[in-house]
Amino acid sequence: MKNTILRILRYTKPYWAYLVLTLFCTLIGVLLSLFVPILIGEAVDLALGVGAVDLAGLGQVLVKLVAFVIVSGVFQWLAGLFVNRLAFGVVRELRTELTEKLGKMPISYIDGHARGDIMARVVPDIEILSDGLLQGFAQLFTGVVTIGGTLYFMLTRNVRITAIVVLMTPLSLLLAAKLTTLSHSTFQKQTQLRGDIGALTEELVGNQRIVKVFAYEKRAEERFSEVNAALGEAGRKATFYSSLSNPSTRFVNGLIYAAVGTVGALGAIGVLPWVGVMSIGMLASFLSYANQYTKPFNEISGVITELQNAVTCAQRVFAVLDAPPEPDDSHCLTLTDSRGHIVLRDVSFSYVPEKPLIRHFSMEAKPGQRIAIVGPTGCGKSTIINLLLRFYEIDGGEILLDGRSTKELTRDSLRSQFGMVLQETWIFTGTVAENIAYGKPDATPEEIEQAARAVHAHGFIKRLPEGYQTVISENSGLSQGQKQLLCIARIMLTDPPMLILDEATSSIDLRTEHRIQRAFEKLMRGRTSFIIAHRLSTIRSADHILVMRDGSIIEQGDHASLIAENGFYAELYNSQFAGSGETA
Amino acid sequence: MQKLFRFLKPYRRELIIGPLFKLLEAIFELIVPVVMAKIIDNGIVRQDTGYILRHCGLIVLLGICGLCFALTCQYLAAKCAFGYGTTLRKELYRHINTLSCTELDRLGTSTLVNRITNDVTASLSGVNMFIRLASRAPFLIIGAVVMVLIIDWRLSLIFLAIAPIVAFLLWFVMHKTIPMYGANQKRLDGIARRTGETLDGMRVIRAFSRQKEEAKRFADDCADLEQAMLAVGRISAVLNPLTFVIMDLGIVAVLWFGGLHVDTGLLSQGDLTAFANYMTQILLAMVALANLIQILTKAQASSLRVAEVLETPGSMQDGTAVPDTSEEEAIAFEHVSFTYQGAGDTALADISFTLQKGQTLGIIGGTGSGKSTLASLIYRAYDAVEGEVRLFGKDIRTYSLDALHHCIGTVPQKAVLFTGTIAENLRWADANATEDDLHRALETAQAADFVDALPYQMETHLVQGGRNLSGGQKQRLTIARALAGKPAMLILDDSMSALDYATDAALRKALAACRDMTKVIISQRATSIADADLILVLEDGVCVGQGTHTELLERCTVYKEIYDSQMQQ
Repeated sequence: MKNTILRILRYTKPYWAYLVLTLFCTLIGVLLSLFVPILIGEAVDLALGVGAVDLAGLGQVLVKLVAFVIVSGVFQWLAGLFVNRLAFGVVRELRTELTEKLGKMPISYIDGHARGDIMARVVPDIEILSDGLLQGFAQLFTGVVTIGGTLYFMLTRNVRITAIVVLMTPLSLLLAAKLTTLSHSTFQKQTQLRGDIGALTEELVGNQRIVKVFAYEKRAEERFSEVNAALGEAGRKATFYSSLSNPSTRFVNGLIYAAVGTVGALGAIGVLPWVGVMSIGMLASFLSYANQYTKPFNEISGVITELQNAVTCAQRVFAVLDAPPEPDDSHCLTLTDSRGHIVLRDVSFSYVPEKPLIRHFSMEAKPGQRIAIVGPTGCGKSTIINLLLRFYEIDGGEILLDGRSTKELTRDSLRSQFGMVLQETWIFTGTVAENIAYGKPDATPEEIEQAARAVHAHGFIKRLPEGYQTVISENSGLSQGQKQLLCIARIMLTDPPMLILDEATSSIDLRTEHRIQRAFEKLMRGRTSFIIAHRLSTIRSADHILVMRDGSIIEQGDHASLIAENGFYAELYNSQFAGSGETA
Repeated sequence: MQKLFRFLKPYRRELIIGPLFKLLEAIFELIVPVVMAKIIDNGIVRQDTGYILRHCGLIVLLGICGLCFALTCQYLAAKCAFGYGTTLRKELYRHINTLSCTELDRLGTSTLVNRITNDVTASLSGVNMFIRLASRAPFLIIGAVVMVLIIDWRLSLIFLAIAPIVAFLLWFVMHKTIPMYGANQKRLDGIARRTGETLDGMRVIRAFSRQKEEAKRFADDCADLEQAMLAVGRISAVLNPLTFVIMDLGIVAVLWFGGLHVDTGLLSQGDLTAFANYMTQILLAMVALANLIQILTKAQASSLRVAEVLETPGSMQDGTAVPDTSEEEAIAFEHVSFTYQGAGDTALADISFTLQKGQTLGIIGGTGSGKSTLASLIYRAYDAVEGEVRLFGKDIRTYSLDALHHCIGTVPQKAVLFTGTIAENLRWADANATEDDLHRALETAQAADFVDALPYQMETHLVQGGRNLSGGQKQRLTIARALAGKPAMLILDDSMSALDYATDAALRKALAACRDMTKVIISQRATSIADADLILVLEDGVCVGQGTHTELLERCTVYKEIYDSQMQQ
């Protein structure tokens, strides 16, 4: 917990100026406000009774009071502004760093964590952190200044009674610390469950259509209620436990007040000579100082809930920041223009160690060649792509690009050698034009339209309410096929030496596919291409066909030779027409 | 907003008793100085050690009582707030379940998730703080005001003059900031959405090496949010210091006029001291109130967002009838047209056809021709804008949606599976399906082989969305999921695209064996639907041909073109 707080503090470094200003303004503001009760006392002392009021003196004191009040108010206001800058700045920085970090995480991390849970860390966790930071920091410092100031005033009055107050203070701190550790684990549980409910909601609401068509609502509600109830329970406990600290410290402060009163009173009547000289007036002012001195402890323990919440949330954020990213590859070679010569030599890979997937896989793709990979579903075709682009690292063997191991290249430069269209489309919230120009942000509207025309998407784009400027998203009512067309258009605008088409046209109807074939031909010309498709018509013209089964290649060659071989490929190919054979 | 209050109703007791205990604590706290004054007046003056010790014991006793009252209040506050929040969250989720696709499309996922998680939390924190703080400050203010009125009513006019100023200040800040807090929550929704999209598109982003640009867009969003938060901060930062200044200036005025009153004998020095003390008390209570109002303002902004969802009515009327699946007429469309809300073009225009029980309907057509839209009208994701959709012989709108969906197995275009084991996923349609049922569904869906080969077979755990499976495997599991409910009607929305032809053919053969089941197959592949009893050929939302494969080959040029493009050797 201490480390987490120190770490949060480190984030304030770029804002040290605001930090200093906040501290300074709080200091001035609070110190001046401590004089207010003193001046009020002075003013009252000047109004002794009928005809005995020193109006001139009173006026002077009041002018002073007005000045103190206004200056103190201005400084406290400034302190508020500066602490906002500080807190919101830290929050922005943290959030930016977190998402930047997500961009550097291995794909396996992203694949292995619930989307909603990661999102919970980016949004609500940091939000709570910000609240805690803002409230906690401001209160803490105000408290410290108040305590320091009051202590000074008390020491000038009576050292011994001050000693009693100071000696009893640890009691309240100890109690607060004890209660904090007590509630810490319940807080962690609450934060954890909040992540869980985020993940569950994200998954269920994000796929509401499926929930609906399966009439799954009731059971979804049951599952939701279960986590929700657990969250409610944990939240109730965490909040209650942490809310114990405020009344408890207040109680201890009451004890301090009583102790000062007793000792002071006994001192005043001479029963306790140890106390020294003590008048009634002194005792009265002492009691009010004791009150003022202990109040910040209340306030600090009052914000402990927020602070604790903030710390647990910060821990979740730091957990992501601390997870190992893809290893640094800045010392690696930056590839600018490859010829597109790929060799896989004796490659082995598995997602989980106990289940080997790719075993001793070897192949070669010469520059400009068109390589098709076919095979039944789940045989490891898409995995090859994960390995080529180093989304996952191979366990054995090597992958060479232009004779150089891809491990010697920076991942970015390696990946930018490939143009990729995946079966799983990705459309982000933005205009159609922005989506198409994703790989080439500076593309002109003409280029974008040309790319869209090439893939025969221009027609449907034109019919959208605002054409190319229509804002679309993954759920905005475009069909899967239309989304695929946009993803293909995206590639049309870039000029990579190699292409990967993983079921790139699976949702596009054959007629449209046929029409965009020419665009594809042009795109693939001179580029090494890897094509994964079930439609063997797409594959027939490949230079080299790899037939995969259970993670290894069982046949390879061109279409004619594979058909002549009359093996697994021929079987796959012929099955394509089996269905219609009876009716046609 | 009123809508949310009803969730507080079951906690009326806590809502009343909680602040009451807090009040008691405050009263006890106020008694302490009185006792102390007695110690000074009686104990010290009379030099009575016993009196002093007894009364100090009384102060400790008051403290213990106060502690107990406070703890009770905190407990009740936590109980009430979290009870309220938990019910609210549950109801909110339940309400989202009643919304139709039209509303869901409009609202979007990320904002709903945000409202369920963050906004509910903010709202319940408001309730918690309200119980804990709301009684104390007004009580202290009212008590002190009564006291000053008794001491010197003329002087208290000063207080009565500044009270409206402070009230106006509070109102002004609230009025200004509530919409701003709401707007900031919207910005947070946007950040959540972008995070989600970035996670989804991680592969594409990296393939384009666009991580830096993504990070920058994100940074821009965050900076935008920062500016907006600072803007709210600027307004709300005024509240606290300004309240202080106004109240302190009031005290200055009291001291001045009070001094004059003392001079003329209208007031004693002691009363002036008391008056100033009470003013300070009012000041502190006012500041506490201002802080509370800030917390409540935020809670209010979030509560409004929650209420907005709760007040969004589901646009789809639920019926009561239960489908009679033995009815001969399985599906009938009569002059059905459909337009998506907010879209310009009609998605489907004047579609009519009939399908008998056990028959197979094939739908084929170009990308974006309306195939999926047509299917979504069959399982009533949307209602037809014109015309009538009849299922099992009756208007689809007469059925209870729940009962209707139990009769229809749907396989969506995008193969989505849920976190949990394969068996749990398969039991979506029917929670009580036996192991044998599930296995049969897997067999039909051609998924039994690979599932059996998994380390834990049906008990294998799927990470979110089934990321640890290939596209084809996921599709077959989604088909098995639909079949496991033994539906009277199966809708395959282009859900065989990731299957190789051999598996596709085997699957169709297995489906054909389910003779009683009405099948709707949407496909890009002519071979997948060639055997269908009725084929609809769609182009730009219009049905350009319907009939059997042989008929269409003769009559429909679009169909022939599709078929030929695929069959050419």
